[in-house]
Amino acid sequence: MAPRTRGATGPAERELLSAGDVARTIARIAHQIIEKTAIGPGGEPVPVLLGIPTRGAPLAARLAGRITEFSGQPVPHGSLDVTLYRDDLRRRPPRPLELTQLPEGGIDDRTVVLVDDVLYSGRTIRSALDALRDIGRPRVVQLAVLVDRGHRELPIRADYVGKNVPTSRREEVAVLLSEVDGRDAVLLRAAAPDAGGGEGSR
Amino acid sequence: MKHLLTTEGLDRDTATALLDTADELKRTLLGREVRKLPTLRGRTVITMFYENSTRTRVSFELAGKWMSADVVNVSASGSSVGKGESLRDTALTLSAAGADCVIVRHPASGAAQRLAEWLADTPTSVINAGDGMHEHPTQALLDAATLRERLGPLEGRRVVIVGDVLHSRVARSNVHLLTTLGAEVVLVGPPTLVPAALTGWLASRRVRVSFDLDAELPAADAVMMLRVQAERMHGAFFPSAREYSINYGLNAARAALLPEHAVVMHPGPMLRGMEIADSVADAANSVIVEQVRNGVHVRMAVLYHLLAAQTRAGEDA
Repeated sequence: MAPRTRGATGPAERELLSAGDVARTIARIAHQIIEKTAIGPGGEPVPVLLGIPTRGAPLAARLAGRITEFSGQPVPHGSLDVTLYRDDLRRRPPRPLELTQLPEGGIDDRTVVLVDDVLYSGRTIRSALDALRDIGRPRVVQLAVLVDRGHRELPIRADYVGKNVPTSRREEVAVLLSEVDGRDAVLLRAAAPDAGGGEGSR
Repeated sequence: MKHLLTTEGLDRDTATALLDTADELKRTLLGREVRKLPTLRGRTVITMFYENSTRTRVSFELAGKWMSADVVNVSASGSSVGKGESLRDTALTLSAAGADCVIVRHPASGAAQRLAEWLADTPTSVINAGDGMHEHPTQALLDAATLRERLGPLEGRRVVIVGDVLHSRVARSNVHLLTTLGAEVVLVGPPTLVPAALTGWLASRRVRVSFDLDAELPAADAVMMLRVQAERMHGAFFPSAREYSINYGLNAARAALLPEHAVVMHPGPMLRGMEIADSVADAANSVIVEQVRNGVHVRMAVLYHLLAAQTRAGEDA
């Protein structure tokens, strides 16, 4: 990847995906989910998309919309907050809980696709797997992410990846979505010193 | 936030954060087969009840257990308190034994505050589960959660609190919390059981005193009936239970004066037939059972905010 200039004034920031790229990437993941989970007339039962807040939730909603559009099959989607299952609760001040909303019909014996914006250490996904176990027993669990930035700390991988981005730990990937941030984009920038990993950027 | 001792001084943002967390916890656990969250694994919560209690002790215990904390109950009878151990020594003992949190109910006003001072040098949090005639913050929080659930935001809402205000820590905690959240509070009761003047803790808040219950009901969004605390009355505060009931009990005819959207609350335990009629306590606009249900979620929220990020001495901060 392009070398970053260090010591520059102001936060060096580079656009990884434009608004158009984000839309195309979501459409591509939607097609991949349709193919892999065999959605269609006479196919398998449709999967359930569960987004991890904050930005995984609108991503899951968008993916569900595209899948419905392409396959003609309505796809249930919801959100799954993993805060109560995190392994770093002791290291940070208590954070507010976010919305958990499961679609009607639940997740038992369904294919569940977890949706998140950035895959990094894998710890959020581990928390999500624990949370799922308390909610029901899915037949299969898969993972879709918009950006995989590497640096995994657990044996976790994504089934659907929008874009693989090699990064340094000193950088952060910020996913912006219009539902939350007013516009769509994916940015790579130098991590703010002392940034506690704010929402949407890790 | 290390301790939860009072609702006085609890700012609006913190109170709202606690209530929002309680709402999310309720939604998260709704309809689940496994009502267990791993959030407080390895935390030890000790309840210390020097006064009788059913719902408060049980809901604190459930709140801790549903979040995977280890909960130990100590009661005054059956512990070394019976041998004459002081509150201070008991607290230090429990802290030394490894309590991350001590939940205390005590007949003396200010007991929780003293406890927090004695435990200042330890990592142990203190939650006030009712201290004498002073405060009962988690009761006020669960009342606010129930009101929000039924009425929406509390800004501009009018809550009428009826009965033995003088001896009631529930009333005190509710006045502070509800007015902080923007509601207006009317205190109603016999002149001997409501504050004579709005001074001290009542001054400069949106609080009013009235002696006429019938006049207050038509404009109320909620009416909260208090228990007559005979155990704290060392004297004659009203001539007879019958007269109290006639003047300040919520019977069916009075309840009919309430607007259609208004809810009826009682912190429990209820003295049916005295402060509240059977038919009113079990009516559709009574949220008394809902208050108990919300009590567990509110106490989970409090434990989460106090303990989730707490580190014991020696751990990396």
